[in-house]
Amino acid sequence: MNAEPAQITYRQALNDTLRAELTRDPNVILLGEEIGKFEGSYKITAGLLKEFGPERVRDTPIAEEGFVGAAIGAAMLGLRPVVEIMTLNFSLIAIDQIVNHGAKIYGMFGGQTPVPVVIRFPGGGGQQLAATHSQNLEVWYAHVPGLKVIAPSTPADAKAMLTAAIRDDDPVIFLENLALYNTKGVVPDGEQVAEIGRAAVVREGTDLTVITYSRGTLIALEVARRFAEEGISLEVVDLRSLRPLDRATFCESVRRTSRAVVLEDDWLSYGIGAEISATLMECAFDYLDAPVRRVAAAEVPLPYAKPLELAALPDAEDLARVVREVLAATGFRS
Amino acid sequence: MSEEVQDARQLTDYYAQMVLIRRFELVADQMYKRARIGGYCHLNLGEEATVVGLMAALREQDYLFTTYRDHGYALARGMEPGRVMAELFGKSTGVAKGRGGSMHMFDAGLHMLGGYGIVGGQIPPATGAALALAYRTTAGPEAGAVLCQLGDGTTNIGAFHESLNLAAIWKLPIVYAIVNNRLGMGTAVEAASGEPDLYKRGASYRIPGERVDGNDPVAVRQGADAMLARAREERRPGLLELMSYRLKGHSVVDPAKYRSQSEVETAQAADPVPAFRARLLQADVLTEESARAIEDDAEEKVGAAVAFAENSPDPAPSELFDFAYAQDVPNAPRALPGDPLEVEL
Amino acid sequence: MSEIFMPRLSDTMEEGVIARWTKKPGDAVKAGEVIAEIDTDKATMELEVFEDGVIEQLLVEEGATVPIGQVVALVGPGAGGGTGGTTTAAPAAAAPEGPAAREPGTRVPMSPLARKIAREHGIDPDTLAGSGPGGRVVRQDVEAAIAALAPGGGAASAPGTGAPQATPAAPSGTGSKAAPAGGPPPPAVVAGPAAAAVPAAGTTAGAAADATEIPLTQMRKATARRLTESAAVPHFDLTIPVTVDPLLAFRADINARLAEDGVKVSVTDLLVRAVAVTLRRHPKVNSSWDGDRILQHRRVHVGMAVAIEAGLIVPVIRDADAKGLSVLARESKELAEKARAGKLRPEEFSGGTFTLSNLGMFGIEQFTAVINPPEAAILAVGASVAEPYVEEGALRERTVIRLTMTSDHRVLDGAVSAGFLRDLKQTLEEPLRILL
Ligand SMILES: Cc1ncc(C[n+]2csc(CCOP(=O)(O)OP(=O)(O)O)c2C)c(N)n1
Ligand SMILES: [Mg+2]
Repeated sequence: MNAEPAQITYRQALNDTLRAELTRDPNVILLGEEIGKFEGSYKITAGLLKEFGPERVRDTPIAEEGFVGAAIGAAMLGLRPVVEIMTLNFSLIAIDQIVNHGAKIYGMFGGQTPVPVVIRFPGGGGQQLAATHSQNLEVWYAHVPGLKVIAPSTPADAKAMLTAAIRDDDPVIFLENLALYNTKGVVPDGEQVAEIGRAAVVREGTDLTVITYSRGTLIALEVARRFAEEGISLEVVDLRSLRPLDRATFCESVRRTSRAVVLEDDWLSYGIGAEISATLMECAFDYLDAPVRRVAAAEVPLPYAKPLELAALPDAEDLARVVREVLAATGFRS
Repeated sequence: MSEEVQDARQLTDYYAQMVLIRRFELVADQMYKRARIGGYCHLNLGEEATVVGLMAALREQDYLFTTYRDHGYALARGMEPGRVMAELFGKSTGVAKGRGGSMHMFDAGLHMLGGYGIVGGQIPPATGAALALAYRTTAGPEAGAVLCQLGDGTTNIGAFHESLNLAAIWKLPIVYAIVNNRLGMGTAVEAASGEPDLYKRGASYRIPGERVDGNDPVAVRQGADAMLARAREERRPGLLELMSYRLKGHSVVDPAKYRSQSEVETAQAADPVPAFRARLLQADVLTEESARAIEDDAEEKVGAAVAFAENSPDPAPSELFDFAYAQDVPNAPRALPGDPLEVEL
Repeated sequence: MSEIFMPRLSDTMEEGVIARWTKKPGDAVKAGEVIAEIDTDKATMELEVFEDGVIEQLLVEEGATVPIGQVVALVGPGAGGGTGGTTTAAPAAAAPEGPAAREPGTRVPMSPLARKIAREHGIDPDTLAGSGPGGRVVRQDVEAAIAALAPGGGAASAPGTGAPQATPAAPSGTGSKAAPAGGPPPPAVVAGPAAAAVPAAGTTAGAAADATEIPLTQMRKATARRLTESAAVPHFDLTIPVTVDPLLAFRADINARLAEDGVKVSVTDLLVRAVAVTLRRHPKVNSSWDGDRILQHRRVHVGMAVAIEAGLIVPVIRDADAKGLSVLARESKELAEKARAGKLRPEEFSGGTFTLSNLGMFGIEQFTAVINPPEAAILAVGASVAEPYVEEGALRERTVIRLTMTSDHRVLDGAVSAGFLRDLKQTLEEPLRILL
């Protein structure tokens, strides 16, 4: 009899992958605030300074623009820096380097010098960190040509997608989520390299498609399990890659189910869901039996107080309610 | 070859480069006005000595990052004038294949890693390039270093300070060369900088600074040489301030009404190109004839550059997505405005 | 931008069906050009535009029923160009409040998927009841309608959608589930009751099982409504035999003479003419009931009932008393052909003052017809039959047609109708009178 495969946390999967890539390729270096001695704000880099030394696991001063830009410059000379920004919120200080430089250098200079940099940071609210520390601005990056923006939702994807990101020759924004670090899952041994630009149907279903990413995938799977008990079959598409966006996977799914709900952690207006909905309008118009609905964060700077925070962030109940509404709108009864 | 003769050759060469840049920029100005060149176009007129002096100090193994005022650097670093002009014309033969234009000269082979249009944008990547050099190579007289050129106004941006700090704590082989042409666009250094002696601005980071005469290519070269040597051998960053002045507006469309006639006259009197010519004539490095020959040669080269640019093909719209990514991935967008979504099911 | 309305195309018309758009958005049109065919309660009519321009938008789908006055299309000056395609609108069954028909509220909301399935099955969206929010027609509504239409009421599949099949909710379990379209059978999705869109189906389930359901055409609906009205009219019937041998000889003679002109006079033509000239002398019969009064018509317009595929229609020969036989013959032929083609214009089938219905060609010897309101009377014409009769003690043969006149007793009394019939008989038996 086989033993249950071991489960590891998302955090551990990231840590293992960084270690593996540091070991494999001397061009890989890590940069970031408090990633060395302090072992990272969220302990993703725990133990790595000791193992690889300060040249390769480099603590930076609090200077996001400076060290993100430096990583870009180092990448231009062939290093493969992996930068950690403590949270997405602080990446805004580096946005000039990410958007005006990292995303531009390869194309604007006529394809002469790739910029193989990975910029990792967690997004997400729900930790009572108040408005400046709880944002989900991934669309800001997903909007920009020249960047690749990926958001794994499981430990296995965290490994395979971080490996792919480090080996990719373009700047990759690697979106993590505070709520995911402690989640567990089976992670296959050995080298795993995901394909950037591919979504995944993480649960097959026939009645309605939930399209989501990152933390939302866990919520969607939970909601799908609940609905399954009632005999309602939800399909869950994890986008995984926000740029490039794998439209075919969710289009194909919605064509089958004829009903779609987007679950997104970002704010509603101009969000991921807006892009998905517009895509479905084009690729699945004749297959829709109800309007596409979006479950997104309330459009306020996220308050600190728990009841307000809970009210503002999309959760399983919100998703379940909207799924029911869409099913009801098409006369669906299980 | 005696040192004197070698020096003479070098000086002649400096003059030739200065003349080439001068001629190139004057013609670029004309071409802009003839609508051959689009966008912004910033010229090195009046800054030729700083450009040539800095480039003389830079070695093959070194890397260069500059501002958008970069035509002279491209030429002096060794790019073909025709390909630089073609870039201005937006042609596919341009140094950046017509994708960058005036502000974005680039040649990976020549280690010219770009002119940057965002003020201060080049400073963190230049610092990172120095980090890569430090990570990969060992210090020594032949080690590579980075030269990061910037303007006086740029010393006020956060990226400048963050980068100097990084260079200091990480002991990076980089020289930040401020071309102090006394003005941002129209704002004087004194009005913009709490410490108008810009070479002192590295003091917070214990980065040594030095000010040299930017109108003298030899002085510029010597200043840069010394700092680059420290960078190569001691991994100590340096801050070099080159006192200069631009002869025309901030860009070709700027009439520069903000400066007084006397200011302009003073500047013209100090114009580094005729000044250096006179100096070389006086030192018998040049004769009137050899100077003319150099000037004629520059004129011919620039004329040929224009002809090359004119006759070069425009990039084809079909090449639009050619450099979307360095590494292709599935589902990369390829739609033109109004195209239906390409969703392959 | 001008709005093209559903025009009033017949006196009784309240709504019309866009049978077919003959132009599409973006097409340039000239004033007077036909942009659609419209099924009214009477006939298929042509919808013309009144000014030059370009079709900007077609606001209703083919098959949709639209009340008079509702905007069905927009014609613009031609600069904008059409947005392409019919706006897949269908008006709500109830007449909209106010004239503006472009308000979304007047459309039958329908999910794109439902619309696609309906299109594939040739189902008129307007016939569907929507069960979704705001009455939106959703997939299950269309599938229910398909199931209801299909013999046995089984669920029909929706080809091409790849969507799960709806399981019919037939309580008896007789409905058989359509085979899944390839691949592994999708999990059953239980849709709402198949009968949802057809509430009547349940009540007549037994009868419906053996019957083919035929949806009512506009014309059938109109015929039914008007004849039901007519059944309430107090009426009486009078029959008179008419000897038609001289009439038949007269007809043969005329046809021989006019053959070169291509004119062929029928017995009906002669009857119409005879009725018309007789009516001129009996103005009381040339009347109609108008609710609170009787209208005695000064002009004589004789309608002839024509049976066509879609129902019954009565083209009208105007001023029949004033038209020569050859003109009348040609006109009646044209009208009958137009009627069969569904091409009658409203003035060609409305405004009659008296109607003639002839079933003689079927061998019907005598029958009564139902009055075509508001006219006061109708004449039913039987077949011509050979009869023996006694004349001066000898048995002879003659050809007889029996005419039965049904009169609206509110307008006509027995003697009046009888007098009309007597004179009509005389006219027919002495055919030269027909020419007077
Ligand atoms: C971040 C940013 N802000 C503003 C500008 C507009 N801008 C272009 S050049 C310039 C002045 C820069 O002055 P300086 O650094 O002295 O360089 P110089 O043009 O004199 O060579 C400004 C404000 C810009 N390109 N980037
Ligand atoms: Mg300046």
